[in-house]
Amino acid sequence: MSNAILVVGGGFSGLTAAIEAAELGHDVYIVEKTPFLGGRVAQLNKYFPKLCPPSCGLEIQFQRIRNNPRIKFFTLAQVTALSGTKGDYAVQVTVQPRYTAPHNADLGLFASALEGETANEFDFGLSKRKALYKSMPFAFPARYVLDPKSLTPADAAKLAGCKFVNVNEEPKTIELKVGAIVVATGWKPYDVTRLANLGAGQLKNVVSNMQFERIASPFGPTGGKIVRPSDGVAPKKVCFVQCAGSRDQNHLNYCSYICCMASIKQSLYLAEQLPDAHADVYYIDLRTPGRYVNVLDRCKATGKVSFVKGKVANLEQAEGDKVTVQVEDAIRGEKLTLTYDLVVLATGMQPTLSEDKLPLPLPLDDDGFVTGGEEAGIFAAGCAVMPLDVTRSAQTGTAAALKAVQAVKGR
Amino acid sequence: MATKIGVYFDASNIGGGLDVEALAAGVTAKWGSFTAVVKVFPVLADKYDEISADIEAQQLDGVLMCGASPRADSVSYRFPVYTETVNLREQCVLSFQDEKGNPLKAGQAAPALLVQIATDYINMGVMKMQKGNLPDSAALENGGTKRVMVVGGGYTGLNAALEAARSGYEVVLVEKTGTLGGAANNIPTGSPLHAPWEDKEPTNVAQLVSAVNAERAITVKLETTVAKLAGQPGDYTCTLATPKGEEEVQIGAAVVATGWVPLDDKYLAPMGLGSTPKIVTAAEFGKMLVAGKVNAKRIAFVLDTTLAEEEIKKQVAEAEAAAKAAAEAAAAEAPAAPAEEEGEKVFVKEDLECIDHLRYSNVVNSVGMLRLANTVCEQTGDEAQCYVIYKHMTMPGIFERFYKKMQDRLGLMLTKADVTGIREEGDQIVVSCANTLLGMDFDLECDMVVLPTGLVPVTAKEAVMQFQYRQGPDFPDLNLFDGYLDSNYICFPYETRRTGVYAAGCVRQPLTLDACVQDARGAVLKAIQCIECAGHGVAVHPRSGDATYPVFNFVRCTQCKRCTEECPFGALDDDEKGTPKPNPGRCRRCGTCFGACPERVISFANYNIDQIGSMIREVNVPKDFKNEGPRVLILACENDAYPALDMAAMRGNTWSPYVRIIPVRCLGSVNAIWISDAMSKGYDGVMLLGCKYGDDYQCHFIKGSELCSRRMQNIAETLNRLGVEPQRVEQFEVAIDEYDKVSGMINDFVDRIVAMGANPFKAM
Repeated sequence: MSNAILVVGGGFSGLTAAIEAAELGHDVYIVEKTPFLGGRVAQLNKYFPKLCPPSCGLEIQFQRIRNNPRIKFFTLAQVTALSGTKGDYAVQVTVQPRYTAPHNADLGLFASALEGETANEFDFGLSKRKALYKSMPFAFPARYVLDPKSLTPADAAKLAGCKFVNVNEEPKTIELKVGAIVVATGWKPYDVTRLANLGAGQLKNVVSNMQFERIASPFGPTGGKIVRPSDGVAPKKVCFVQCAGSRDQNHLNYCSYICCMASIKQSLYLAEQLPDAHADVYYIDLRTPGRYVNVLDRCKATGKVSFVKGKVANLEQAEGDKVTVQVEDAIRGEKLTLTYDLVVLATGMQPTLSEDKLPLPLPLDDDGFVTGGEEAGIFAAGCAVMPLDVTRSAQTGTAAALKAVQAVKGR
Repeated sequence: MATKIGVYFDASNIGGGLDVEALAAGVTAKWGSFTAVVKVFPVLADKYDEISADIEAQQLDGVLMCGASPRADSVSYRFPVYTETVNLREQCVLSFQDEKGNPLKAGQAAPALLVQIATDYINMGVMKMQKGNLPDSAALENGGTKRVMVVGGGYTGLNAALEAARSGYEVVLVEKTGTLGGAANNIPTGSPLHAPWEDKEPTNVAQLVSAVNAERAITVKLETTVAKLAGQPGDYTCTLATPKGEEEVQIGAAVVATGWVPLDDKYLAPMGLGSTPKIVTAAEFGKMLVAGKVNAKRIAFVLDTTLAEEEIKKQVAEAEAAAKAAAEAAAAEAPAAPAEEEGEKVFVKEDLECIDHLRYSNVVNSVGMLRLANTVCEQTGDEAQCYVIYKHMTMPGIFERFYKKMQDRLGLMLTKADVTGIREEGDQIVVSCANTLLGMDFDLECDMVVLPTGLVPVTAKEAVMQFQYRQGPDFPDLNLFDGYLDSNYICFPYETRRTGVYAAGCVRQPLTLDACVQDARGAVLKAIQCIECAGHGVAVHPRSGDATYPVFNFVRCTQCKRCTEECPFGALDDDEKGTPKPNPGRCRRCGTCFGACPERVISFANYNIDQIGSMIREVNVPKDFKNEGPRVLILACENDAYPALDMAAMRGNTWSPYVRIIPVRCLGSVNAIWISDAMSKGYDGVMLLGCKYGDDYQCHFIKGSELCSRRMQNIAETLNRLGVEPQRVEQFEVAIDEYDKVSGMINDFVDRIVAMGANPFKAM
């Protein structure tokens, strides 16, 4: 029997669940698949409604983890097996090697000396990274990670003398005893290559909303300058395509909750940074839950953003790497063909569990959202359950923490 | 006060050509027996056991670790003694540039300026330890009263009470009316609550109520309100106004789930409400459905509220203009305004109800209208025809599935339109629709119209907790959130700025039932966590687990009341004379009180006025401005500015070698004496790096940077009187992600100081 709680996923919901439970006095383990904590939120430039930097919220969470001896976390780790029952689980976790020393040594000089580069998944391929890297300036843990797959022989030779790198490190398997489990496995952006009519990821200067976040981010591929990926030129006419995959039976059979607000927020980035630019947002409904309507007002007040009800039918490459957009204005009934410098696809959220299964007794619906598990002492939180914004992810994380605490306490 | 400390250098993290052994020798030479152990480790992280052994063998009462920023560790290593860190990596070596702005060259010995910086920081660290200590325990004797009060017996409150009881805490559930269930009693069915999220669901209020009544740990108080809440988390005394008179109850924390009241009908008058009984609000319609009183055959559910919003905004603007004109006329007649009278201000609750509450309720109304329409369809076998007219169907996220299902409902017509008028014609109501998807305008004739309900939070109308706090009985700054009991901590819901009191449900945000359930759980977690933290004498977020707390030297207190007024969390009460009464359980440990104190009587064990002042004075400030350059003190907020500086350095940004950085808990904790200390020591300038302020403030302690900016005006006046240019002290706003800007800000400031010349006090 164990009073400890396992949290699967180190994004905002998972971190919240873990910290809140630990601050109530419970031992908590966080198991995170990637090399760093922070999840999708770490990739965002700003979040609404205040348009403040998410790294500020993450900094608080990381401090809380750092200062709380009850929280232990594993990165590059995945749950590989589960046995036992509610209140008495044995969880097998496989931890992939990081290949770097388990402390805070600064490997920056080694990293910058490397020459080989590979596509940076953190920037959705918009930039390159070295084989030895940290994904973000506020990376937590603040330790470099080595990706041996992208390590060239020349670079390997350069690292040979580094006593803080061990390329022979092996994966290891550990077993955790826990009484309850919080599943906060989150989401991934819907794969644009499935959106044939929207260019299937093949058109120049058509980016996803998450890519646009990276472009606007001060540590993104352009240092925060909003430019077209093809030529680095600031766009003058930008188009936001709402529901790129969402609310569509052939793709995501639900609304992704945040994309309207994301485009509103992103058009505010534009208005702030590029006063000459104008954005058109094509939408089915503008969904601005609750007081978020104020952000829409703020956006409209810039006079730089037009909102048009209509679904984009087709995108094509135009001259000068521009993009031609075919859309029907649903109010006027007009078919429009317009050309833009940059098109942002408001792609939706796909639950991670729809493709990456967990060895837990967890019922999922057809879309991959968690639909139960409570009886087994397994509580899902955040976007593993439904598409949510950051605040509501934090709410569900806190709520799941309470249920997990009750499950281990109430025995 | 640490008196025998161990100083440990982490050679792996101290580059820049610094001779670490020489730095260590310098410590021993300067501090002697005070630094009983001084060691250089190749990798400090490998030697925690050795440090622990030293603590034991040498009876050390302090550990100072010199190397990377404290932020670089994944785990704060815990020694049983007072521990501090000196940041020699990010904010010394990596950020170094020489006097001409050139970065370090690899492979060279450290330039003299870098050695000076490192030496200064190490000495400041040793001084910090000399003036600091581990705190005494602030744990409550009873370990915290394990009882949660839930205010409001509606859907959220019922859930909260059950969740708290299931978590092993006693509950007092306080309900203003004579029955439990609240607004949920008046709706025939609820919004979707479970996967697959396709259908309205029974609210099951009756079952919830019986579960609450059956739960022994829950005491229900009907027809009861909170008359007084006094004390602090873990140890509150709440006075309840019950039908039998006042009653006292001890509680540890509270969940506010007072819910909402419907927006006054007058706001919907422009849409015809009140002109005929055939036009009703959704809340009213729900009651009619419950009572089986709906006989209409064609019902329009109107979601587009532009008509009301525009008309009311026009009326408000006209009223404001008229009031302004009247005020100006009055001022012209009696130009000498009477002086404001001193004395106790009587609290008057400002009514924050407004037309905006209507549109803030967009999700609840979109879901609600479909739910009601669907009920009508079911009850009449799709005989009655329901029209839902919307501008934006706000069914976000998973609720799209419910929306989709409703699109297929036979008796339900969903139409996108701008509603331009609602009028009575004969025994029909005509709803004029424009900008429809059909490409034409049309009039819809029906025999009943249902309008949305604005969810006005009860906190917009009433001070529900009646705090017996120095800062008044109500929650602060509710106007920033239109009366909703919410905060600017968007990453941290439930926060109310009154520690130990957490908001849940529609009083916080208009929410659908599923979100109310989540809210109830989340707020209960925060409440019981707060009881446990207060019981153990440690802070809740954002400085979670901090065991220090403000200690007052009352002998020197002049009862000026600044600390009690400025505390962002209302933690300090006072007696009749004005002597502050601390409540550690309410305190978030930001230090705003000691920043405010002109007599400097407030201190924390590991953070106090003398400590920071002594660190400031510990820097070697050369007299020769021309040859040895200026010195500039940076007081950096440790929440945003300090991490930004760390990240700036990690990203290869460098700044002037003339600055020395001291982290502060919040700019609100900056006491003016530190500026005087710096000026009399001979620093040529002081930079205050804090966060953005204003309505969208990013301060972790609400108003720290704003308070600091206000105090700056006094500081500027003082400097002027002393003949020091006030421009030598400046506050800057730095967001945590402005790591690529902050070094430019520093260098520009230092350039301005260089141009200004030496501090006139320098030679004295």
